[in-house]
This record gives sequence, C-alpha cells and structure tokens, in this order.
Amino acid sequence: MEEKKFFTRMGDGSIVYMTENQIRADIEEGVKDAARRGKIDPLTDDEKEALYQIITMPGSIVGVEPGMQIVTSNDSGSDKISTKCGIPTSRDVNAMIHERLLGCDSVDIGYSDYNYKTVKGVAKREATVLKQALNQCTMPLFYGAMPNLGFYTKPDGPVENWAVLLPEGRIDEALKAQEEAVDHAVRDIVYVAEQMNDVGADAFMLDTSGAAGDADFLVALKATEIIRDRFPEMPVEIGMAGEFVLGMHGKLKYNDVRLAGLYPHKQVKLVEQAGASIFGVVVNTNSNRSFPWNMARVCTFVKACTDVAEIPVHANVGMGVCGLPMCENLPSDIVSRADKALVEICKIDGL
Amino acid sequence: MRLQLAKKMKINEAKAYVAEKLGVTLEELCDVVTMSEIREEKGLGLAHVEPCAEANAGMAAKFKIQEILDIKINSVEKFRERAGL
Repeated sequence: MEEKKFFTRMGDGSIVYMTENQIRADIEEGVKDAARRGKIDPLTDDEKEALYQIITMPGSIVGVEPGMQIVTSNDSGSDKISTKCGIPTSRDVNAMIHERLLGCDSVDIGYSDYNYKTVKGVAKREATVLKQALNQCTMPLFYGAMPNLGFYTKPDGPVENWAVLLPEGRIDEALKAQEEAVDHAVRDIVYVAEQMNDVGADAFMLDTSGAAGDADFLVALKATEIIRDRFPEMPVEIGMAGEFVLGMHGKLKYNDVRLAGLYPHKQVKLVEQAGASIFGVVVNTNSNRSFPWNMARVCTFVKACTDVAEIPVHANVGMGVCGLPMCENLPSDIVSRADKALVEICKIDGL
Repeated sequence: MRLQLAKKMKINEAKAYVAEKLGVTLEELCDVVTMSEIREEKGLGLAHVEPCAEANAGMAAKFKIQEILDIKINSVEKFRERAGL
C-alpha cells in the first residue's frame, strides 16, 4: 500500500504531495539551516511536532486556538484597494473598508510610490488625506512608507551610485556615497514625520527597512530615534526587508553594533534601542524548497526573536516572506498555516 | 493594538490590560458577541452594526477609548487642540 501523502506547497506556490517522512525531514533540515545561519537555538522536539501537526492538519483553512487571537498592522494597506485592485476609491474610504469590512486592527495611509523621498514633495497633501481618515476611523492609523535608500543615487538622486562604484573598485567613494545618502534619507523621513504628527498620526511606519543594506537599516534606526525624541506622542513601527542585513557598506554601526549580517534576534534589540514600539520581523522564502522547510526556518528565526524581544513583534506574512509562497495570489491553506505556526509556536504579538 | 503602540505591551499583557479596563474576561475579550455589546454600551465604535445612527465611530469613539484605556491617542489630542476643547 502506498504511503499516505499530504497536500502542501513549494515556496513558489505550486502544489506538492509529501509523505510524513519527507515533511519531517524537511522540517529538520529547515530548523538546522536557521540555527546554523543565525547561531540560534533550534526548535525543540515538541515545537517541531507542533509544526508537523499544523502542516498536515485537515481542512483548507486552519485557525489558532481560542484566546490566541492577535492583532494586525500592515504596509501600504490603504492604497491596495485602489492601486492594486483598481477599484477607484480614496484612501480614507479604503481605511474605513479595512476597519469595517475587512476587520483589520490598523492600517496605514501610504502613497502609491511608497517611499519617503517621493512623499517629501507632497507631504502636506499626504497629511491632509491622513487627517480626513483619522477623523473617520476608530482603529489606529499609521502613515507609512519605505526608507528606500537606493532612490538617493544619481541620476535622479543627489549622491553617487554605490552599486556602480563598488564593481569598479572605488570602495571609499561607495562608502562615502552611502553615508551621505543616510543623512538625506533621515532628514526626509523626519520632515514627513513632522507633517504626519501635526495632523495626529496614531503611528508612523518605516517599512521594508534595510532593503538597500546596512545603510538603509541605519536610516530607519536614526530616523526613529529622532522622531521619538521630537514627537514622543507618535509611536513608530520598523518593518524589515529581509532576514539578514546586507553589508552593502559593511562598517556602519548603531550604538556600537555593526549592522551588516544581523539576523532578527539582534535586529530587534537595536529597534528597541531606537525607541520603536513594534518590530516587523521578516524571514525570506526560498521558492525552490517546500513549505515545511521554509516554515521550519521561519519558526526557528522568529522564535529566537520573540524570545529576546521586549517590544511587540509583528511577523511580515506577505508574498515571499515568513513562509508564504512567492506568488501574487496567496493560497489560504498556506497563509492560515503560517499564521497559526507563528502565533502558537513563535508567540508573535501581531501579523 | 493601541496598547502595543502606546505602552509597547506584548499581546498577552495588552489583552489583560484591556480586559481589566473593560471588566471582561480574556475569553470575552476575544468573543465577537460579547465585545459587540460592550463596544455599543461604552461607545467604543461599532460603525458596521445596525443601528449605526446611534453608534459612535471615528473620533467620537476614540475619545471614549482614550478615556477608558487611560492612554494618550495622538489623533484625539491633536483634534482636541484644533477644536479648542
């Protein structure tokens, strides 16, 4: 008799059927991979068993145990109905739809070109949209965008392009360019933050931090520190771009800690020091590996992060991160299993 | 969510805080039926449930949330300043 096979998916979203032994082997391998890379503790046998049970649980959609419900924050949330779905609604209406139809716990008002360099030029107008939405919504509303340091390079930005300089061996110039870009980006973010605080933003979101490497993460940390000092009534959430801070500069430090190479359990400590209220943890999905392998890695990294975090941790569970497949239309079988594992095994505080 | 932002509370601590302020159990806090009644009764915002005309929503609800949870909400404080309240 053929061994029973369970429905699951690969990291690109394609369907795959795996036996119990194959699933358990992939869980084991994923845990080891994360533990080795992050120099962190592996999941315990009980946690690996819990993950196996979640992966093979009957039902298309699964849910958390009663009482373990958590809250949600997001990025570019209020813009997705109009920009991504093509439904012509204004962002304040989108925010109300998130609150009253979709049951979200918060949402952010964000510009369709979701970065602070672009927003700077229209910050007052963006603040007006946020102000309207704040009057109508009950749930917390963020203003959100990405630091997106790459936008500060020539020809459309003010500094030399380090991605061009580095391959040419012009190392000192590449380092200097990144350091200059940090100053520009921090200034822009703080300027936008001031406009949003003036209209009473419930919180401020620095999303996809570290996308351009360690200098990009440094921007988020420095900007948060200034925002918390100047506008203490406006909390900040820092969400990451990836599980690992790329060393595009390599020497940058925050509070004497080198940023390059940090994994989530160390990222969160710096985010706390900067004064943020919430940390958005990210673990990348490998589209060539199975969901059991990816989710085992996710659980190992995220649990190590929540174990040491003193602030709430929200897992980024969108396309290609925290166990979700790298595809546009996300399957609810995997989304709900990833969410359940993150809540019950990793003890996250939000999604 | 408000407690995570305002006081950096982790989820279980935040739930316990809100439950105590509202006078409900943790089970009731996660129950949609109980919480609909509590939200309506205390004016905490229930704009999607009829009769909408009598329910608080938006800024009015946030004034109540700030008072009951004993936290500062930036949008409420800025609104209060602008309105001269």
